[in-house]
Amino acid sequence: MIPAAFDYTVADSADAAIAALAKHGDEAKLLAGGHSLIPLMRFRLAAPAMLVDIGRLDDLSYINDAGDHIAIGAMTKHRALETSDLLAAEAPLLRHVAGEVGDPSVRHCGTLGGSLAHGDPASDLPAALLASGGSLVIKGPNGERVLEAPDFFTGFLETALADDEMVTEIRVPKAGDIGWSYQKFNRRAQDWAIVGAAVMLGPDPKVALVNMGSAPMRHNGVESGLAGGAGLDAASVAGDDVDPPEDLNADAEYRKHLARVLVGRGIAEASG
Amino acid sequence: MEVSMSVNRETRTSDVEPRTLLVHHIRDTLGLTGTNIGCDTSSCGACTIHVNGESVKSCTMLAVQADGTEITTIEGLAGDDGELHPMQAAFMECHGLQCGYCTPGMVMAATSLVSENPGGLDETAVRQGLEGNLCRCTGYHNIVKAVLSVGGMA
Ligand SMILES: Cc1cc2nc3c(=O)[nH]c(=O)nc-3n(C[C@H](O)[C@H](O)[C@H](O)COP(=O)(O)OP(=O)(O)OC[C@H]3O[C@@H](n4cnc5c(N)ncnc54)[C@H](O)[C@@H]3O)c2cc1C
Ligand code: FES
Ligand code: FES
Repeated sequence: MIPAAFDYTVADSADAAIAALAKHGDEAKLLAGGHSLIPLMRFRLAAPAMLVDIGRLDDLSYINDAGDHIAIGAMTKHRALETSDLLAAEAPLLRHVAGEVGDPSVRHCGTLGGSLAHGDPASDLPAALLASGGSLVIKGPNGERVLEAPDFFTGFLETALADDEMVTEIRVPKAGDIGWSYQKFNRRAQDWAIVGAAVMLGPDPKVALVNMGSAPMRHNGVESGLAGGAGLDAASVAGDDVDPPEDLNADAEYRKHLARVLVGRGIAEASG
Repeated sequence: MEVSMSVNRETRTSDVEPRTLLVHHIRDTLGLTGTNIGCDTSSCGACTIHVNGESVKSCTMLAVQADGTEITTIEGLAGDDGELHPMQAAFMECHGLQCGYCTPGMVMAATSLVSENPGGLDETAVRQGLEGNLCRCTGYHNIVKAVLSVGGMA
């Protein structure tokens, strides 16, 4: 199917994009790589009246060393993340997870900012950002604010972004030699995760789950188990205090089982 | 809206509705029907082309997003004298196609994959690299053979 008709404008700067959003309110949507939005529009699950194309904002495509963290422009494509030497050295979890998204053609188009702003609990990169302890720089008509990842993801396809705000930068603390793992469970190559688990050990361990609730989430129970030295046993609570979706691939009980297994594998790999 | 792009080394300018998908623009407006459509869900890869040298599913891009880009479709892969691109020749040689429906997309994805891996690919890398392209006939073995014969490890 083809999308419903819409007006289209190309933004030549982040400020121009924000001005266009401010003018059109909730009628308008940003178009980054389009690899979440266009499929939705083709199914008429989304029908924005105005698309503001930020796909040409090359100045928002970068991966920079910013001292204690790595700064990544919102328009940086998955392909650039998965091939970055800087990320290999400083944020290997994010780099690895970018390479797990979809297939190469998808990764040539999809952007980190788009993947996060879409707020899909089944997406891989939100879990990587949550487990990495990352944050997002959000720009609106009145300037910038910085949100920690857990405060950004608020619900199913919902984020803390206001109608006239955009993500401009993603910040990921340098990981040093902290152990990490990403476990993505699916039945066929290129599929979305049925369940996924991102694990970062270290002094402040973080564990994020894919497709285990209405929003991308961290699992506090597993994290406090790890912080208390429970090691592999921390995985046993990964199916507690979660409300996973049910679909053709898996019911809730099976997803809880997968969460325990994948978190366990993740902790084992990250400790190895 | 007017869009202009280089398609197989020729500048093509047309008036399109913003909602026109790039694959429809290529097939219906430009008349290049080598690029196929196999699904509604961005999953089959039959529509794969190159945008600025990289494989892209043209059913998941708007024609307006391609304004100013360089597009190569399966029709643009062979030399001007009609000589097949080495990847096309390898698909023929290795029997990498049966009905041929997936083939244009498969070849475009494969050429992009090989150009991104100048050090050469092993079998696993080829299989993973073609993850986004489905074939209902061949069982993939001969496709993988064809791609390895062009872009395999020395
Ligand atoms: C076949 C296929 C398979 C896929 N498989 C996976 C997978 O396995 N795992 C996975 O995680 N993802 C997968 N994806 C999704 C892919 O990663 C998308 O590219 C990504 O989710 C969205 O990024 P985008 O740049 O394409 O965003 P778009 O589709 O352009 O935008 C998505 C949403 O975010 C908003 N937005 C975009 N950029 C910004 C910004 N800077 N600030 C504020 N709002 C913004 C848009 O308005 C829109 O609402 C797949 C997609 C396809 C087509
Ligand atoms: S037609 Fe584009 S992926 Fe199937
Ligand atoms: S040859 Fe028939 S689908 Fe691939």
